[in-house]
Amino acid sequence: MRKRFRNTIRRNLPAAWGIIIFLVLWHFFCALGAVPEYMLPSPSDVVKAFIDDRKLLFENAVITLKEAFIGLLSGVTVGFTAAVIMDSVEFLRRGIYPLMVLSQTVPTVAIAPLLVLWFGYEMTPKIILIVLSTFFPVAIGLLGGFESADKDTVALLRSMGANRKQIFLYIKLPSALPEFFASLKIAASYSVVGAVISEWLGGFGGLGVYMTRVKKAFAFDRMFAVIFLISTISLVLTALVSLAEKKSMPYRHINNAKE
Amino acid sequence: MIICPMNKLEICDVSKSFDGKKIVENISLNLRQGEIVSLLGVSGSGKTTLFNIVSGLMQPDSGSVLLNGEDITGITGKISYMMQKDLLLPFRTVCDNVALPLIMKGENKKTARKKAISFFPEFGLEGTEKLYPSQLSGGMRQRAALLRTYLFSQDVALLDEPFSALDTLTKAAVHKWYLDVMEHIKLTTFFITHDIDEAILLSDRIYILSGRPAHITDEIIIDYPKPRNEAFSLTAEFTGYKKRVIKNLY
Repeated sequence: MRKRFRNTIRRNLPAAWGIIIFLVLWHFFCALGAVPEYMLPSPSDVVKAFIDDRKLLFENAVITLKEAFIGLLSGVTVGFTAAVIMDSVEFLRRGIYPLMVLSQTVPTVAIAPLLVLWFGYEMTPKIILIVLSTFFPVAIGLLGGFESADKDTVALLRSMGANRKQIFLYIKLPSALPEFFASLKIAASYSVVGAVISEWLGGFGGLGVYMTRVKKAFAFDRMFAVIFLISTISLVLTALVSLAEKKSMPYRHINNAKE
Repeated sequence: MIICPMNKLEICDVSKSFDGKKIVENISLNLRQGEIVSLLGVSGSGKTTLFNIVSGLMQPDSGSVLLNGEDITGITGKISYMMQKDLLLPFRTVCDNVALPLIMKGENKKTARKKAISFFPEFGLEGTEKLYPSQLSGGMRQRAALLRTYLFSQDVALLDEPFSALDTLTKAAVHKWYLDVMEHIKLTTFFITHDIDEAILLSDRIYILSGRPAHITDEIIIDYPKPRNEAFSLTAEFTGYKKRVIKNLY
């Protein structure tokens, strides 16, 4: 256990050094007065802004996280349903697939104001926007995963008299788990970004609203503080997905084959 | 139509063509209860086509397949089929893999698992219940696959080159294990192989499939007492059988 911990540290040491050196360079860049202070705050200013505004940041983060979470959950549900439908009916697959791809060509920033006009400033338009940007990777990932199920194994189960539902539950679904988690990681970070973008374009609270406010006030230190907070939230969400991935696929994390 | 006498498995006058080209022609053979019968032929001779017909995955152009005297031509789910690849599901434990045919038949998970585990010692699989297939050696994986085949149907099992992916040393060990297990479970087995030594060592009878289109060129009864072991392969009788097989195979 202790050895594993030490290995983890050793593996991540270069990344830590990279970040430290970046912060130090940034600090000196500001300290030397290369750019005016109001345009690029130094790392210590950002930390200070974060601490000063922590209460407000926390309150707004809760709102954004709530939107992201509900949006992600609905997006995954929609993506999963779409994938199952497309996997089981060839006709519908041909019908739905182009529409799905088309839906992704529409820029988020273009539809967000429309959604605000249609659904108002409350949570609904934000969740719809997140669903639109998260269901796609999930559906595509799952569909590919279902297809990756081994054909011979499917034939074997069929020869055992398995029905479609059993083949789905026992082969297709578990075969698709790696792809599912890969796309869930993407969807999780999209959900936070999606929530923030939709808040920019109209809302009463959330990190996006906070962001537009501090931007208008030219409070660049707070701007950076909220950017780092959003990145951190995305990282934490991705890490949580990785954890769930490990827990649900124990067979992928054993490599002690007996010879 | 030829009327065949009652046997465990009866293949009567089966022919099959693909794209107008005859692959197997007028194949008639039979398996008695508890027998291990091999079908020996060079690669591409139509062995797997014949197996697909017997298992019901493929319809013959003419002829029929009878199980216990009942016509099962073109019906799946009656005869269990084990392929060269073990086809164990990587995301299920060995126990859950083996129990799969029982679950497919509608047994609940708990009793299916219990029943599967009760066979583990007999198949030399004890201690592997909770492992995943990737943690097993090739030989052990084939054991698990055979147990799964057995739990699917205790009537007749078709084994399509089940041991051909194993290295020579593992194969010898698996043969020994296989003969032991068969002494206990007496599963009627129809065995495809292109390994002449394997066929003689394991079988009660050998059918030789040869020619184009493929037909049965010889039926050899291996009259050597069971249980057998590798010592058999060093006897003059074994060499005699081998000579006869080679003569008819090409």
